[in-house]
Amino acid sequence: MFKVTWHNLIARKLRLALSAFAIVLGVAFVAGSFIFTDALGGAFDGIVKGTTADVEVLPRGAGQFDSFGTDARTIPASLVAELSQLQEAEQVVGTDQVQGVFVISKEGKLIGGNGPPGLAFNYNELTAITGDRILTVADGQLPSARDEVALDVDTADKAGYDIGDEVTLVTPGDPPTMKAVLTGLVRFGSEGGLVGATITVFDDQVIKDLFFDGKDVYTNVSLTAAEGVSQVQLRDAVEGVLPEGLEALTGDDFAADQQEIIGEILGFINTFLLVFAAVALVVGTFLIINTFSILVAQRSRELALLRAMGASKTQVNRAVLAEAFVVSLVGSTVGLGLGYLLAIGLKALFGVIGLDLGAADMPIELRTVLLSYVVGVIVTLIAAYLPARRASRISPVQAMRDDVALAETSLRRRFVLGAVMVAGGVALMVAGFAGSGGRGLLLIGLGMLAILLGVALMAPVLGRPIIQALGSAYRGLFGTVGSLATENTLRNPRRTAATSSALMIGLTLVALMSILGQSAKVSTDKAIEESLTAELIVSNATGQFFSTAYAGQIRELDGVASVTTFRQAAAKMGDSQVYLQAVDPESLGAALQLPVDSGSLRGFEDQSVFVSSTRAKSSNIDVGDSVKLNFPAGPMAFDVAGVFPVGGAVAGDFLLTLEGLQRSGIKPEDSLLFISKEPGASEASVRAGIEDVLADNPTVTLKNQKEFADEQKGLINTVLYIIYALLGLAIIIAILGITNTLALSVIERTREVGLLRAIGVSRRQLRSMVRLESIAISVLGAVLGVVMGIAFGIALQRAIADQGIDVLSIPWPQLGVFVVLAGLVGVLAAVLPARRAAKLNVLDAITTE
Amino acid sequence: MFKSASKPSPSTSYTATAPGSGVAARAFEVRKVYGEGDASVAALDGVSIDFGAGAFTAVMGPSGSGKSTLMHCMAALDTVSAGQVFIGDIELAGLGDKQLTKLRRDKIGFVFQAYNLVPTLTAQENIELPLSIAGRKPDRQWFDTVIDTVGLRDRLGHRPNQLSGGQQQRVACARALVSRPDVVFADEPTGNLDSAASAEVLAFLRRSVDDHRQTVIMVTHDPVAASYTDRVVFLADGRVVDELRNPTADDVLEEMKVLSARSVAGTDSGR
Ligand SMILES: Nc1ncnc2c1ncn2[C@@H]1O[C@H](COP(=O)(O)OP(=O)(O)OP(=O)(O)O)[C@@H](O)[C@H]1O
Ligand SMILES: [Mg+2]
Repeated sequence: MFKVTWHNLIARKLRLALSAFAIVLGVAFVAGSFIFTDALGGAFDGIVKGTTADVEVLPRGAGQFDSFGTDARTIPASLVAELSQLQEAEQVVGTDQVQGVFVISKEGKLIGGNGPPGLAFNYNELTAITGDRILTVADGQLPSARDEVALDVDTADKAGYDIGDEVTLVTPGDPPTMKAVLTGLVRFGSEGGLVGATITVFDDQVIKDLFFDGKDVYTNVSLTAAEGVSQVQLRDAVEGVLPEGLEALTGDDFAADQQEIIGEILGFINTFLLVFAAVALVVGTFLIINTFSILVAQRSRELALLRAMGASKTQVNRAVLAEAFVVSLVGSTVGLGLGYLLAIGLKALFGVIGLDLGAADMPIELRTVLLSYVVGVIVTLIAAYLPARRASRISPVQAMRDDVALAETSLRRRFVLGAVMVAGGVALMVAGFAGSGGRGLLLIGLGMLAILLGVALMAPVLGRPIIQALGSAYRGLFGTVGSLATENTLRNPRRTAATSSALMIGLTLVALMSILGQSAKVSTDKAIEESLTAELIVSNATGQFFSTAYAGQIRELDGVASVTTFRQAAAKMGDSQVYLQAVDPESLGAALQLPVDSGSLRGFEDQSVFVSSTRAKSSNIDVGDSVKLNFPAGPMAFDVAGVFPVGGAVAGDFLLTLEGLQRSGIKPEDSLLFISKEPGASEASVRAGIEDVLADNPTVTLKNQKEFADEQKGLINTVLYIIYALLGLAIIIAILGITNTLALSVIERTREVGLLRAIGVSRRQLRSMVRLESIAISVLGAVLGVVMGIAFGIALQRAIADQGIDVLSIPWPQLGVFVVLAGLVGVLAAVLPARRAAKLNVLDAITTE
Repeated sequence: MFKSASKPSPSTSYTATAPGSGVAARAFEVRKVYGEGDASVAALDGVSIDFGAGAFTAVMGPSGSGKSTLMHCMAALDTVSAGQVFIGDIELAGLGDKQLTKLRRDKIGFVFQAYNLVPTLTAQENIELPLSIAGRKPDRQWFDTVIDTVGLRDRLGHRPNQLSGGQQQRVACARALVSRPDVVFADEPTGNLDSAASAEVLAFLRRSVDDHRQTVIMVTHDPVAASYTDRVVFLADGRVVDELRNPTADDVLEEMKVLSARSVAGTDSGR
């Protein structure tokens, strides 16, 4: 029996290729996700380990927070001299690290800055726990004067600066922009690049003058161990002499803490990508099932012959599964390779949003390889099992007949099963909406999957009227060719439905995202229109903080009535990260009308907070309660003065006063300025004044309300485009699936094609017949998908209405475009099968067996 | 043994052979060689033959003698290696795929031994297919005539899989006739049918020749089928070896015996 299987595989190279690529693409997505996140993780690991010395001394607690909001605490420089006395220490180096220092390129563009940090520090010659120097001088000299800097090689290259050039920098200090001469280039020790981060190196005294008011302090002190001393021994020795408020961590512990913080973000990215991998796999599974069903149907006569020659049911079953197994191995292998390419593509995609992996390794871990094969093989075997079972039911006597019909499960049974799944899915979604957090999301996701699969099962029945409607249009437009195409689409309802279901799933998600995106944009518009009273807004499009100096300078301008400052930071409440916004309560009213669910702005003082409605609900907080927030510098208690609804101009979990935030040990850096002009002042002159202040700094820009809303909507669009790009892959799979089905159908109908040609159907007519069938399949998928997308979109928007997306807006023209695009997809998918059909030699086709 | 109850009365039509009104299709010195070098086979080895318009001609000969090849070459489904093929006064050589397609659509009808119908279409749609492909409206009167001749009026709405083999072949014949082609080629149209079903199909073809001056060329192995025709052409080894006019089944059977004896002797002496 094995011989037969093997022979089949070799003899049907084309079919092998066609059925394998569904597996290839699904596996590629899984492998690509893992390779990419491994690369990302590797690069971050490289940075963390490459910048950590054997022991790090920090203000207590500072190592456990991510960098959202800068810890204002410092270490007196005298500590370096004290620690140098320790015999266990070899190098003792004080570092001043400043975040938010960015390089402006020669063309006036910001380098990096879309998430990855812009780091500045004084030069050091430390050796990291990796054994490499943290920094080495690659070229030129280290800066030694106030107007001198060194940059890392990549940043200088991207910005187009050479040694001796004047470099423009954006800083979080005062002045907010500065110019300095590039004296040298440094190279970062780790191989994996800087993941988009930029490094600016200052002279030790200069960095203190610029960012620490000239005080002789460091943000951290790093030590390397002397010969034969372990990290732990060194740490214990350091601990012995440390003053109050500081702590020493071994390099390994420090790196582990940092990796944990980064790991959360990476885990999110990985999960995000795996969701798309799952979508791709579900879509791929449809295609594999479909492909094997068609293959088995086409070979049913041969299988019946095997049965007639005495092969048992089990043997036939096994033969089909064995074939699937070999195909899955080949498919998984190719998929793994393609996954590598996909990871490179993801790297480029994420590079667009600033997560630059540079020359980072793309590691193919054993785990990735195993997972790829397991996923590929299991999915294929499951997908092949159903057709295999059907194949084994072929009775031997059918070998004698001309047309072998496989026992098809009745459409009605499928329909009922599908309906049950839809009902179950709806129940899951309802439960998911009632639940919260990851569990709720998982339930909603599973519910959606169940509904999609259910609809896919019902699609042969649901699709009929759609195809028939399309068919009458075809008949009118294309005459006989149109009706031939329609009949071909209808002749195998299950095949048509399964093929279009793949596209349906992709389009459901695309339509869903476009509805949520549109709703978010409209909700943003509404929130800004309703609550914002300030005429002008200064913000940083990339979300980086900026110097507090701007607010002061703008306040001094003629015609400016008030400047309201917003700041942001992260803190912890219990174990969970919470995001804070801070504002001056005095000037809040001049900037916006903060809607308040309960409590009153009158009670808003330095020791009080407002809490967002979602956080109030999820953490069970009410007005009058006291909440404890953990900052790097330690815990702070606040009284809850009120609850604000999510979705207005204020984001985050808590709103506190500027003073309250500063008391918590966060360095003041602004994130938003709301500016109101004096009643008589001309907007143009106020604008001109502010723009003058902001000149030199391309990152911080002035907007009016509409431009501010557009900027916010631009962020939503960026997210949407990334999601579309990823869903695009699922849609590519679907297109290839249509090609696959059509190609197999053309092979199956060779004789018929020959007959049509013999009685005078031209090549062109034949091509358009295949093309019209393809369009029908695509449009069916698109219509079902868009309908489902609308249903899901409405449900999800309702469910998250209290999280800021409170207006439902359905982008009808866009959805229409999707359906039209699907038609074009159909045209594209039909190119090869149509060409194949048209190329068939008439005589060969007629005389084929 | 099939001495037919259904054989038409010989009165009217047998004499109407080669009515002088011209030639519907012509092969001149046609050669068709398959393969190359040592492995090459001359399926047709210099065939010259005229098929008169308005005549019913049978092509007979042993298996492998080149009958199907001749049909395919004449019906613009295949190209010849040498020689000329004419449909009416159009020479096929030099026509491109588009022109050949158009020729097949407008001037030629074809009936195969099996798989003649598009399974997704009803009998009526199948019959109208060549016309609707060409964007032509069927001539109602002619369509009705054809349908009545085939005798399938009550089955027009049925799909091929709801029809018997004989009915399917009659639908195929109707399809071949409905566009009023210059020539209808039929390659063993009754090969898969029993004698009763064969008789239905043959009677239909005969009527189309008698009543509507259709030109029909049919390949067959069956002497009874051949007896429906005006003329039988015998092929052997890719050549025309003989022909009979107004044959009866017995004549044909006799001739076949003679030819096969001769060919066996011929091959023997050739060795
Ligand atoms: N595509 C082909 N390639 C090679 N040889 C071929 C091909 N088609 C036909 N032949 C050869 O040409 C010769 C004539 O074949 P053809 O099909 O015309 O015979 P036939 O008279 O129709 O036979 P039958 O009565 O069995 O249908 C045979 O020897 C056959 O083997
Ligand atoms: Mg033949």
